[in-house]
Parts: sequence; C-alpha cells; structure tokens
Amino acid sequence: MAGFSRAQTGAFWLMVAVIAIAPAILYPVFLMKVMCFALFACAFNLLIGYVGLGSFGHAAFFGMGAYVTAYAAKAWGWTPELAILAGGAVGGALGLAFGWLAIRRQGIYFAMITLALAQMSYFICTQANFTGGEDGIQSVPRGDLFGLFSLKSDMAMYWVVAFVFLFGFLIIHRIVHSPFGQVLKAIRENEPRAISIGYRTDDYKLMVFVISAAISGLAGGTKSLVFGIATLTDVNFPMSGEVILMALLGGMGTIFGPVIGAAVLIAMQNYLAPFGAWVTVSQGVIFVVCVMAFRRGIIGEIAARFRIAL
Amino acid sequence: MMMIFGIPAPLLFGQLLLGLINGAFYALLSLGLAIIFGMLNIVNFAHGALFMLGAFVAWGLLEYSGIGYWWALLIAPLIVGAFGVVLERLFISKLYKLDHLYGLLLTFGLALILEGLVRNFYGSSGLPYRIPRELQGAQDLGFMMMPNYRGWVVVAALVVCVATWLIIEKTSIGAKLRAATENAPLVQSFGINVPRMITLTYGAGVALAAFAGVLAAPIYSVNPNMGSNFIIVVFAVVVIGGMGSILGSIVTGFGLGVVEGLTRVFYPEGSATVIFVVMVIVLLARPAGLFGRAH
Amino acid sequence: MGISRRALLATAATAATALPVIRARAQTQKLKIGVLTDISGLYQDIVGPLAIEAVRLAVADSGLAARGIDVEVVAADHQNKADIGSNIARQWYDRDGVDMITEGGSSAVALAVAGVSRDKNKAYLATGPATSDLTGPACNAATIHWVYDTYMLAKSTGGAMVRAGGNTWYFITADYAFGHALARDTGTFVEQAGGKVLGGVRTPFPGTSDFSSFLLQAQASGAKVIGLANAGTDATNCIKQAREFGIKATLAGMLVVIADIHSLGLDVSQGLVLTESFYWDLNPRTRAFAERLRVRYPSRRPTMQQAGPYSATMHYLKGVADMGVARAKADGAATIAHLKSMPTDDDAFGTGLIRPDGRKIHPSYLFQVKKPSESKGAWDYYNLMGTTPAEEAFRPVALGNCPLVKV
Repeated sequence: MAGFSRAQTGAFWLMVAVIAIAPAILYPVFLMKVMCFALFACAFNLLIGYVGLGSFGHAAFFGMGAYVTAYAAKAWGWTPELAILAGGAVGGALGLAFGWLAIRRQGIYFAMITLALAQMSYFICTQANFTGGEDGIQSVPRGDLFGLFSLKSDMAMYWVVAFVFLFGFLIIHRIVHSPFGQVLKAIRENEPRAISIGYRTDDYKLMVFVISAAISGLAGGTKSLVFGIATLTDVNFPMSGEVILMALLGGMGTIFGPVIGAAVLIAMQNYLAPFGAWVTVSQGVIFVVCVMAFRRGIIGEIAARFRIAL
Repeated sequence: MMMIFGIPAPLLFGQLLLGLINGAFYALLSLGLAIIFGMLNIVNFAHGALFMLGAFVAWGLLEYSGIGYWWALLIAPLIVGAFGVVLERLFISKLYKLDHLYGLLLTFGLALILEGLVRNFYGSSGLPYRIPRELQGAQDLGFMMMPNYRGWVVVAALVVCVATWLIIEKTSIGAKLRAATENAPLVQSFGINVPRMITLTYGAGVALAAFAGVLAAPIYSVNPNMGSNFIIVVFAVVVIGGMGSILGSIVTGFGLGVVEGLTRVFYPEGSATVIFVVMVIVLLARPAGLFGRAH
Repeated sequence: MGISRRALLATAATAATALPVIRARAQTQKLKIGVLTDISGLYQDIVGPLAIEAVRLAVADSGLAARGIDVEVVAADHQNKADIGSNIARQWYDRDGVDMITEGGSSAVALAVAGVSRDKNKAYLATGPATSDLTGPACNAATIHWVYDTYMLAKSTGGAMVRAGGNTWYFITADYAFGHALARDTGTFVEQAGGKVLGGVRTPFPGTSDFSSFLLQAQASGAKVIGLANAGTDATNCIKQAREFGIKATLAGMLVVIADIHSLGLDVSQGLVLTESFYWDLNPRTRAFAERLRVRYPSRRPTMQQAGPYSATMHYLKGVADMGVARAKADGAATIAHLKSMPTDDDAFGTGLIRPDGRKIHPSYLFQVKKPSESKGAWDYYNLMGTTPAEEAFRPVALGNCPLVKV
C-alpha cells in the first residue's frame, strides 16, 4: 500500500479484519457508532496532528453534517449515499467559511475563534426550524442505497458505514503521504522557512481545514442515518471536547491513534452508562492522565516502544 | 414618559445599571483568568469550576461549621486558593515547557473532574444560600428597585479589581512578577524564587475566582454547572481585553456587561451570542485584544 | 493452542450438573424492566436514582414474585443525549432481553426511544418527557405517555390561575421549542379563561444565569402574573432573583417541581404557583406510597416524574400478569393495547385510564408554595389551590393529530 510502512500496512489489514469479523461478536450498532466517531477523530487529528492547529469547535462540522443528512433523507427523501455526501459537502462549506476566518491566527487564538464560531453555530441550530430545536430531527429513514438496497437491517447499514469509514481513512492517509503532506510537514516544523521558499502556507492550511471539516461532516451524516436522529448534542461544545479527547487518548499525530481513542471512549461511555455518575469524572481523569504521563497516547506509546510509525 | 429607541427611558436606565452590575462581576471573574494567563501563559479552563468551588465552599462553611457569609468571603478564597497551589505544584508546573495546548487540555480535564465530583455528591438542583441579613432589601431608585446586595457586589468587585491592578502595576512585588514573565532565568539569577512566585500567583488567580464564587452564591443557584455558564463569557472578556492585560479585562468586563445588558433589551434572544460575535471581530481585527501586547 | 482436555472435562461436568437446575428454573418466568434516566446530570434530582427506586418499589408492591414471575430491574444513564439513549434502548431490546423501558428523560431522548420501541415491538412507558407530541404526531402503538405534558401544565397553571384572579400575564420564555410551546399554550388558556397576555421576552437557552434584566422588563409591563416558561436552573434562578429584586407579581413556574422548591428554600419560593400531577402529602394513599418509598430512599420526597415510574410499572406488571408473561414478552404492541384496555389504579396517582392515543389521564393540581411559617418541616411545601379533573386536564384526542386515532 503506497505510503504505508510495513508496520502500518500490517495494522491497516488488521483493522480491516477486525471490521469484517467484529459484528459476529460485538453489537453491530455499537461498532457503527465507533466507526463514525473514529472517522470524526481522524478528521480532527488531521488538523492538529499534521498541521498543528487545535480546533475547539469541530462539533460544528460534525453536527451540521448530521443535520443536513438527516434533513435530506427525511424531508427530501434522498437516498442514503446522496444524503451522506450532502452532509460532507455542507461540512466542507462550513469549514471553508470558518477556516478562512480562523486560519489567520494560531495557537490559543485559533482555538478561541473556532470555539466562538462553533458556539454561534450552536445558537443558530437551536433557533433554526429545520433542526427541530431541542427535539432534533427524529425518525430519519435509512432509505435504500442507490435506490436499490434497503438499509433497514443493521448489517446492511454496517457495511455501508464500514465503507465510508475506510474510504475516509484512506483519503486522510493519502493526504498525509503525498507531496501535499510533505508541505504540511514543512509548515508544521518551520512555517517561516516554508513561506520563504515560496509556499503559500495559508492556502495549504485552509485546504486541510476544509478537508477535515468535510470528513467530519461525512462522519456526522453517517451517524445520523445509523441512529435515525440528529440533535443539538451533535453540535454542542462537549462534542468538540470529546473528539479532542479521542485524538489525545489514541495518540495525536498517529494514523491509527484516533481510531483506538474513539473505540476506547465509546466503549467507556457504553459500559459506564449504568454508573452514569462517573462518566464525566472518568473522562476528566483520562484527560489529566494523558496530558501528564501519557502524552503520546495509546498508539503513540506502542509505536515508540517498537520504534515504528503508526 | 421619554422613549429612547422605543424603550421607555426608566427601563433603559434600569437595564444599563443591571449591565454595569453584571459587568463588575465579569471583570472580577476575568481578572483571575487574565492574571493566570498573563503571568503563567496557562489558559485556565478550570477557572469556572474553581469559581463554582468557591460558592460550594461558602455553602459548606455555613452548612457544616455555621460560618456565615462575611467570614466565607475571606476563608473560601483561602481554601480554594490553597487547593489551586496544590494543583499547580502537582500538575500545571510540569507543563510550562510544552505547547500551550497541553495546559488547556489539562485544565479542561481538571474542570470535568471537579464538576463531576461535586455533581456526584451534591446533585444538580442547586443548594440554597441566603443573602446575608445586612444586605437584604432594596433601594428605590425611582426607575427600579436596586437590591442592596447587587450594590455591594459592584463595590466589592471594584475594590478588588483596583487593588489587584495597583499591586501588579505599582508595587515591587508586581514588578518582580512582571519581570519574571518576560525573562524568568534572569529574574531567578537575582535570587528571586521564581517558581514559588508563579505558584503563588496561580493560587491568587484561583482565589479571585473563588471570591467571585462567594459573591455569586446568594444570587445565582449554587449548582455544579454554574461555572460553565460563565466560563465562556469570561474567556471572551479576557480575549477581547487582551490576554494578560489586567486593565484590559477590567474595562472589557464592564463594557461587555453593558453591551449584554443593552442586547437584552433590544434583542434578548441574541444576548448570549453577541459576546461571541464581538470576540470573533476583535480576534480578527486585533488579535492581541484591545489592550494587549502581542505575545 | 487448543482448549486443554481438563478444561473440556470441567465444562462438561458443570453442564451436566447444571441441567437439573435449569429444568427446575423453567418454572419461574422472567421479566426485565429498564429504567433509562438521567442519573448524573441536570435532572438527576427530578428523575434519576429516586425514579429507579420507585420502579423497584413497584415490583415489590406488585406481588408478582409470589406468583412465580421474577422481575429484574436494570438502569442506565442517557446523559440527556438522544443518541446515547437510543443506543442503550436498542441494545437493551436486542441483546439484553429488556421487555419494557420506562422514564426516558428529556423529550429528545423520549422521542428517539419511542421510535426504537416501535421498531423492535417492545413497550415504552414514558414518564419523564414533557412533549405533547408523544400523544400527537409522534404517537405509536408501543408507547404510553404518563404523568404530564406541556398541555396539562399550560391548562392547569394558565386557566386555573386566571380563575383565581391572576388575569394579566407576562412571559419569560426559554428560547427553545419547549419554552415556546409552553408560553404559547399557556397564553391560549389565559385568554380562553378571560385573561390577557401583556407581552413576553425570550431568554437565551441554555447559558443564562442572570434574569434580572428580563424580570425588570416583566415588572415594567404591570402584569399580575409572570409566567416562567422555562424549567430547571433557569426557573430557580428566576425565582431567586425575583425575590431579590422585590418583584411584586405572582410567579407561575410552568415546569417547577418539588425538588426545585427544596433546593430554593421556602423563604425564596413562597407564593410561587405551579402544577404537578402528584404530591406526596395530597391524600392518605399518596402518603402511604411516599412512606414505603422513604424506607428505601430516605433523603428525598418524589416529584411527579419520580412517582410516575411507580404508577407505570404497577400497571404494566398488572397487565402482564393478566395477559401472560410469554405473550407480553413476544409482542410489545399487544401489551400496550392490553394496558390501554384496563383502568389504572395505584397509590401514587389514584384511578385513571389510558386513551387510544397513548395518553394516560388523571387530575392535575395547581399548588401554591407555602410560607415558611405554614410549613411543618422539610418537603411540606404545597397548598392546594385548584384541581382540574382528568377528562379536562389533557388535550382532547381529536385535536392531537395522532395517526393511531381515526377521527
């Protein structure tokens, strides 16, 4: 596989194998949720891990993608593949608008701008008619893929989600391991030098921002079809916080990190649900532990231990 | 009755006054955050949770030890400030050499832990806390009844803000602190214990947040989420004022309070979002904020 | 690597000894009830752990254990997120053998769970949500809406208040669908009863702590009643600050329950008017229920949303015992239909019945919060101001647009 090291190729095929076999052992809906969030986390990681821009408002793209896909599928009766693409497209468009504003700044200021813009989107979503406000968009039909294959069964939907996830994952990988990706690396390591060589770094950064936002929109749209709902939770600040945690826990700047991070976090939410009280606290503890002692994240630690890149 | 922009004048004055009162509160709350960022370069996401802790400690002092409001104003900030010192020593000080992002993430995680724990033990409905007897009642200003307690809040906030500004800008301790943020090794070589100064500064910023929490307890519901309502606004204030500028946060705090108050009259639904709009505009036009120096 | 022979033999031995036990067990029938609620978040005191305990009490009170039916109660936290709630519901139905879900929390979660329950043909007894859409456009054959809805609140607080003299109103409305619906519905009832709505203001939701500005605008209007079309912390902040600013008008909390009064204290909340469909001290039956619950959960008294799951579970178990456990487990819609055919009767809500659109009806009560001097102790908070009888308390079936009901 072009661009993958041997370890990464192995990890990739392992991941595909797990995706193929897991539904026989684990609950398919849980796995679909993991894949949607894994894609979201990968998209976020593209921005922070490879360009060094920490966005605190990525939920805006995820949530808007969810809303648009839900609305397209329910109110306009679009087939699922078109609805999901619409979610991604709108995510990308929003990314273009927000990115154009936010790219001008860096570090903490960039984070604050993205946070503010996301909060404004949240406010608009609470007011707008099409989002259904507090109730959200409910009973979204999964529809028939290409108008032919019904997605009502969880397994049928599962393969679609798996495809979207792997597709998004490979796009991200392609970006990172390409001449474009090399420029990004140069920008991350020494932006003034990159500028002096003649690269228009702002354009590159904006492009990555848009791609990250579009894939987040894809993830959100897919998720809304899996569950048949799109609500304000998808577009609210805690969602942005969670995706940061997924990337951090899994390993920012690694390829497989966000996937593992998403899997662990979703599993935690699921299995801790009866003990509801401790979910927030445990998320906080994970944040603290990761920042203090585990900065490379799960995959990062494994990669460092074996001296490979994952 | 005189009408200004379609609103009766007395109502408008009342709203302006309310806006100023809220502004005083925002100024006090953002002061601690500005100090911590200005001096330590740490974005203290836990500020809202520590504010909430101040309110809970005040409640706890009353509930478990019968210690009333006036003593709580002194004791709660000391307790929470000490807790802040512990946090700094154990966690935050280890991150100074790293990217700012990690400090942000750490304090974010700490906030989650604090809020989650308080929620586990005390529920989410809120706990009762009375306005102290001496400050109950209101003054009839003609165009509105102004509660005595709110007047006290403005006075207390102003006094503390001005005192803090004086200490930082006009005393030798303040001068050493400002010097240390610009060139720590140099200041250290003069024999000043810089790490200890930084620790105490963090503690002081936290104590300011807790002080605001005690002030808030009688008028806002004392519940685990009370911090998260304010934290975003306070961040906006600090960013707009200029991260690290004490004067900037004070002025912007009052200013935003007034802007919010006016929006509540003319376009109430948007009064929570107007702050973000201003923040984005300022960040784009003047990223260092209105009073800040570019970092 | 293979399974060791020893392990194989051990497994076989265990299976052999287990067989007689399994055969004996087949005599006991099993039911599983899931309580999907907000255990750790904003509404944990309004529903939460006490609601779970109420369900357990209902299982004990139902006497089903003595008839050989073993009822297991599980609980989970939906964290007020519709996809977590919907996911848990799905998993419970698909994998964990849950037959009935109750509580269900905020309206977004409840609507999602109602949809899942219909798809999986299981029973959902919604006691927590407020949206009247559950018996309107979103009604389905698998869902019954217990306890209250926005229509009931609006009619009781709006209509009854006007009759009691509060005939000019001003609304402070949380700016989202629930708040708008409450304000609009209450305004309609105020005007139908002969009152007048002088105006209103919408407050940003969520995120507003300081309502003083809005309270001042309300006062400037001169209305006798200020309607708080909000809930939870918004409402408690309004009430606290209204007291602080010496607002003279009567406050009407559209969705305020006893847990909120407890957290405010009587000196701040006295005089507040609100509607609940349950009060622990209302009559001898409710007192008996409250005492039995207090043995299990001594620190709090139940709100209507915490008493609701008791009533719903009691009726469900009665219905299941009546129609046979096997049949109830196999067909959720049939169970719901059976429940609709039986009148309800329990200590918490008294007698009532369930309409074809899934709406359980019972009287609604207008309460006024006591002055501190009138109260004999903690949780003794309400004076009864008026009662709306069951037939009038809820929206007429014909007006609901429920697809189940041919009008």
